[in-house]
Amino acid sequence: MIDEKFDAIVIGAGHAGNAAAYTMASRGMKVLQLERGEYPGSKNVQGGILYADMLEKIIPDFREEAPLERHLIEQRFWFMTDRSHTGMHYRSDDFNEDRPNRYTIIRSQFDRWFARQAQAKGAVLLSETTAVELIQDAYGKAVGVRTDRTGGVLHADVVVLAEGVNGLLGARAGLRETPKPAHVALAVKEMHFLPPEVIEARFNLKGNEGAVIEAAGTISQGMAGMGFIYTNKESISVGIGCLVSDFAENKTSPSELLDAFKKHPSVAPLIEGSEVKEYAAHLIPEGGYKAVPQTFGDGWVICGDAAGLNNAVHREGSNLAMTSGRLAGEAIFQIKSRREKMNAENLSLYRKYLDDSFVMKDLRKHKDMPALLHTQAQNLFLTYPQLVSRAMENFVRVDGTPKIEKEKDTFRAVRKARGFGVIGDAVRLALAWR
Amino acid sequence: MHIVVCIKQVPDSAQIRVHPVTNTIMRQGVPTIINPYDLFSLEEALRLRDKFGGEVTVLTMGPPMAADSLRKALTIGADRAVLLTDRFFAGSDTLATSFALAQAIRKIGEEFGAPDIVFAGKQTIDGDTAQVGPGVAKRLDLLQLTYVSAISGLDLEDKSITIERRSEGGVQILKTRLPCLVTMLEGSNVVRRGRIEDALRAARADVVAWNAKDAGIEDVTKCGLRGSPTVVKRVFAPPPRAEKAAQIDLAVHKTPNDMAEAMIEAMFAHSPSLEGDMTKLAAGF
Repeated sequence: MIDEKFDAIVIGAGHAGNAAAYTMASRGMKVLQLERGEYPGSKNVQGGILYADMLEKIIPDFREEAPLERHLIEQRFWFMTDRSHTGMHYRSDDFNEDRPNRYTIIRSQFDRWFARQAQAKGAVLLSETTAVELIQDAYGKAVGVRTDRTGGVLHADVVVLAEGVNGLLGARAGLRETPKPAHVALAVKEMHFLPPEVIEARFNLKGNEGAVIEAAGTISQGMAGMGFIYTNKESISVGIGCLVSDFAENKTSPSELLDAFKKHPSVAPLIEGSEVKEYAAHLIPEGGYKAVPQTFGDGWVICGDAAGLNNAVHREGSNLAMTSGRLAGEAIFQIKSRREKMNAENLSLYRKYLDDSFVMKDLRKHKDMPALLHTQAQNLFLTYPQLVSRAMENFVRVDGTPKIEKEKDTFRAVRKARGFGVIGDAVRLALAWR
Repeated sequence: MHIVVCIKQVPDSAQIRVHPVTNTIMRQGVPTIINPYDLFSLEEALRLRDKFGGEVTVLTMGPPMAADSLRKALTIGADRAVLLTDRFFAGSDTLATSFALAQAIRKIGEEFGAPDIVFAGKQTIDGDTAQVGPGVAKRLDLLQLTYVSAISGLDLEDKSITIERRSEGGVQILKTRLPCLVTMLEGSNVVRRGRIEDALRAARADVVAWNAKDAGIEDVTKCGLRGSPTVVKRVFAPPPRAEKAAQIDLAVHKTPNDMAEAMIEAMFAHSPSLEGDMTKLAAGF
């Protein structure tokens, strides 16, 4: 029997959980954080890019200590066919600023650091401890959790579910559904280790500068999905992901896609001679706005991936997780400082904060995108990349064919492939983007 | 009853790699764990405490980060943790390590009560010498019980302990007086997970950190590199086996009996002396 009661129990020590724990502990609240991994970050997987602004709002001077890999000065978008890529690169020296905007991070290091900051503020962290049951009182109010360790129930005024996309607690307690295959992407990645100077030479970088490649096209075999290549200090993260439902339907596996992606003539030279030390897989909630569950209730709130807060279009998730954790922490602190109850009515403040922030605004903006990407996957990921590649080849290859013939070939190809559908596709995309 | 358990934080050998050129162990980024052999001793200590009452103090010597291992031992159920950490200890071999640990155990005895039993791991997975436990026993003048597979009796009135000890050709059952030093055999028990109460207590506990002076060590020349006569002459990776395994042709040897015959023939052909030895042994039955 544990007599002690906490102000809040945070389930999980990822971005959302750490942000919530830090936010509350730094305001003097008595916070207990549970992490099922051996240490925070040991089980957490992300590409991974850290968005500085969202962390600055929690720990303004994080740059002094946080384990950061490279700050990003270049973003490449690749439209890929099996043998080519058409790229758009954005590189700016403005990103070499005093307080860079985006960094690559390695979660096993970063999360450990982030959790330590919360601990330094007084949060109590129990690692290797899985919360298995949300304890509710006779009125259905969450009052604590039971863990997989023997012994008593841990009690708190409010439970913050930041347990990730696959979290047990929320689903078991019926607070949210287990993710549907069409609402989650399965992404896999490998860490390819190379000496820093090799990485810098291959990506045209110096010092701590970093680059990101995001790639779409035939690499996902007609499914809605994307590949990515991120530069860390001494490694390159290479990964690819598609919707779980698509993998099932097409009877392909993520590892097959990743193998093909790594062998692509545009990718292979970047990772040549590297040593793979890590292989990781992760589910990404991509249901968008429409798949976000109820985010608060009597004695509980839900944050981050567990709440499906992920912007698939912009490849953002960590910032939404971090921000939702912070907002949950701020809302809970508000309620506590007013000495009010942690009931659904009061905790709706969290949802209000979410709605007023970029988190829900961005998700609402792209609410129709997941469905569009899914239904138009063949066009967007197979047909168009091939058309673009053909147009580019016609444009740059010099072989004595009159230019007029080359242009005609390009237009014929487009008409044959999509006809007037091109216009429809453009309109649909524009509407969903709006 | 007071039990002291000596543990060591070691790199997780499952995740270690050897540098192909220098042959040195690449420790960078390798996670650390409690030496697995130490966990059998920790669990045995906790079982004795649970049965007979008293306290379990875990002790380690290492860099400040070794506190992580101590905290883990507290999570498992130990009552108190002492970290022996000082730059004077850097580079210790087994002689210097056992000296420092013995001093610290004396100090622990003064501060928290003299230990009835000191546990140590059978050996470590990084050093593999199995010398530190016996070294500590010798320095503290404790009777030593190594390779213990079970503790079958403990009598606190009589100050005696009865154990089973694996030895060549059988099991020894030994009874001796306390205080003593015990190293447990792997597989002798399964370490517990630690109750939620222990996890909570461990998360908040202060790890007692002692430097050489705190531990009552006046002569630091007996510590660390200076106190370590062991010299590493050369580190090398053993060459890969050059001989290829013999293959039994399954197209020719079809029945299990046939295959077994063929295998035995191949073995005897490879090491002719084996046939004679085995025949001789078999004759005894």
